[in-house]
Amino acid sequence: MNFFLALTVMAGVTYLIRMLPFAFFRKKIESRFIRSFLDYVPYAVLAAMTIPAVFSSAGGIVPSAVGAALALLLAWFDLPLIVVATAAALAAYLTGFFF
Amino acid sequence: MRGHFWKGLLHGIPIALGYLSVSFGFGILAVRSGLAAWQATLISAACVTSAGQVAGVEILAAGGGLAELALVQLTVNLRYALMSLSLSQKRAESFTLPKRLLASFGITDEIFAVCAAEPVPLTFSYMAGVILISAAGWIVGTALGAGAGEILPERISAALGIMLYGMFIAIVVPTAKRRRGVLFAALAAASLSVLARIFIPSLSAGFSVILCTLIAASAAALLFPKGGEDA
Repeated sequence: MNFFLALTVMAGVTYLIRMLPFAFFRKKIESRFIRSFLDYVPYAVLAAMTIPAVFSSAGGIVPSAVGAALALLLAWFDLPLIVVATAAALAAYLTGFFF
Repeated sequence: MRGHFWKGLLHGIPIALGYLSVSFGFGILAVRSGLAAWQATLISAACVTSAGQVAGVEILAAGGGLAELALVQLTVNLRYALMSLSLSQKRAESFTLPKRLLASFGITDEIFAVCAAEPVPLTFSYMAGVILISAAGWIVGTALGAGAGEILPERISAALGIMLYGMFIAIVVPTAKRRRGVLFAALAAASLSVLARIFIPSLSAGFSVILCTLIAASAAALLFPKGGEDA
């Protein structure tokens, strides 16, 4: 398969999926159900992507679980994104020496 | 507007750092699949999507056809349509069509998450800031991974793999703590995702995210319609 043809298809399909709803959907949605649905989508997407994938994200399951637990704790206390993310990686890294 | 741009850049820093390690892995994988380093980097610059790119490289390596390539991209990346639709509801008035066409290019999972968490209407300047620094991290990481091989010790790059998920947790938890509907949607989606992994292992990660999201967000919208709770 020609590389540039493949690249064009990959990039084109990906772009259209993102662009069509964002660029051309103009009016405000009236339906209370759909507005609520769209409001909940981001949190559902992130939760589905994080669980269970996070438990194998930092090598072994123990370092990953320790990192995830620390992230949950720090997020509960409203710490900034970068602090939560870095602390999780650091905890996973340090735990990795023991497990 | 300058302020918005800088704020976007700042919010994009954790994304860029996370992307560096993820795209580093993509770069290695792409070169192992037989692509040249410049090809891997070009794919990252043109697509800016982790799962879609990995799926695409696998099809290229297996000698698949263009139709299969298009269908897999559509499936793996369909979740972006939901995210774009969601973001379209909070565009600022100043977001003109040419700017929308440009900003659409950079709606990834993480950039969406950061934009969705913004309490104010989205401006082009803000999105441009987030996207520029994040895409730079994505492209540079790919080039490093593909070109220079592993520059980080395995132990460190493994630990960095959790950063993106740490970000996701930091976005969901504070809101879930305050809004029962969000708490319900997140718990339902996470539970469904675990069940799908156990009982339907053949379901691809992309499809699983789509299904879990549709079910969990619909249920949350029915049980906790907006305006019917505290937030």
